[in-house]
Amino acid sequence: MGRETESQFHVLAVDDSLFDRKMIERLLQKSSCQADESSHDPNATSTSPETHQEVEINLIITDYCMPGMTGYDLLKKVKESAAFKSIPVVIMSSENVPSRISRCLEEGAEEFFLKPVKLADLTKLKPHMMKTKMKKENEKLTKEENEVSKPEIKEDSTVIEILPLHQELESEQHEPMLSSNKRKAIEEVISTDRSRPKYNDITTSV
Amino acid sequence: MNTTIVAQLQRQFQDYIISLYQQGFLDNQFSELRKLQDEGTPDFVSEVVSLFFDDCAKLINNMSKSLERPENVDFKQVDSGVHQLKGSSSSVGARMVKNVCISFKECCDVQNREGCLRCLQQVDYEYKMLKTKLQDLFKLEQQILQAGGTIPQVDIN
Repeated sequence: MGRETESQFHVLAVDDSLFDRKMIERLLQKSSCQADESSHDPNATSTSPETHQEVEINLIITDYCMPGMTGYDLLKKVKESAAFKSIPVVIMSSENVPSRISRCLEEGAEEFFLKPVKLADLTKLKPHMMKTKMKKENEKLTKEENEVSKPEIKEDSTVIEILPLHQELESEQHEPMLSSNKRKAIEEVISTDRSRPKYNDITTSV
Repeated sequence: MNTTIVAQLQRQFQDYIISLYQQGFLDNQFSELRKLQDEGTPDFVSEVVSLFFDDCAKLINNMSKSLERPENVDFKQVDSGVHQLKGSSSSVGARMVKNVCISFKECCDVQNREGCLRCLQQVDYEYKMLKTKLQDLFKLEQQILQAGGTIPQVDIN
């Protein structure tokens, strides 16, 4: 696998509980970090997006029970959206309701985790994220902008966008941006100088 | 580094944390939590635990208000609070708190105000008790680190 391509993962975590967001953030960091964490900012937490930048999401992980909108509703929206339907969605719930679980899986959720989520659960996710990542990498390479030089990345790191629920809902309304912004997005995403890419619109380029 | 002192402190730590598991204050999820902490994130557990206790105080306060007037109890709100409390206590490994939440939910489901009030009181007691215990545990951790030692891994299986 070419080490020249970016190997950062963007995970969108949706949960109305700050506590749960902190937990899932740490779980994600821990499950994907290599031994060398020097370039990885373990304190990077974002709950309020500041600047408008385009990023690609490799995974959406969402709570099921949320005020106003369930994880299932979010899943449906994602799957109905041309821009986002290829993004794997994982649903978490503290309640073990078999009919709920099968409904979510049928609707296209990749996994359904029972809370409390454990580290072992998270390691299942990497193949899902890699799958979409590789797909998108390949898509990019076949487009005209492939003279973009991609800097070498030595280690994996996970960038996690943690949005409180209402911001997630707002950003659902927006259309994807044009591909001319992709290069900018790539360069910003792989910067290990952690000015974390944040966004308040989902303007993911596909 | 005085190795005897460190060894003593480590022993104390180990005994203390094991007793917390044995007495049922903590369950396996707490050790899952400890696994997430490493040299890069040495305060993770204490931060998360602190968030949890803040949550407890807030939720208990809100539920108390909802239960205040017998003729006008907002059981939906109470149920939502219990749900959140159960979720976070379960994520943290706060076993006693979680168990009270189970009874609490049952009282809520049948709209038993008296039962809810009892559970509320109990959950308040339990989280505060756990808070004290964990504060002592974290103090021991700090003492070990200050004496130049490392925090022991503790397997409770």
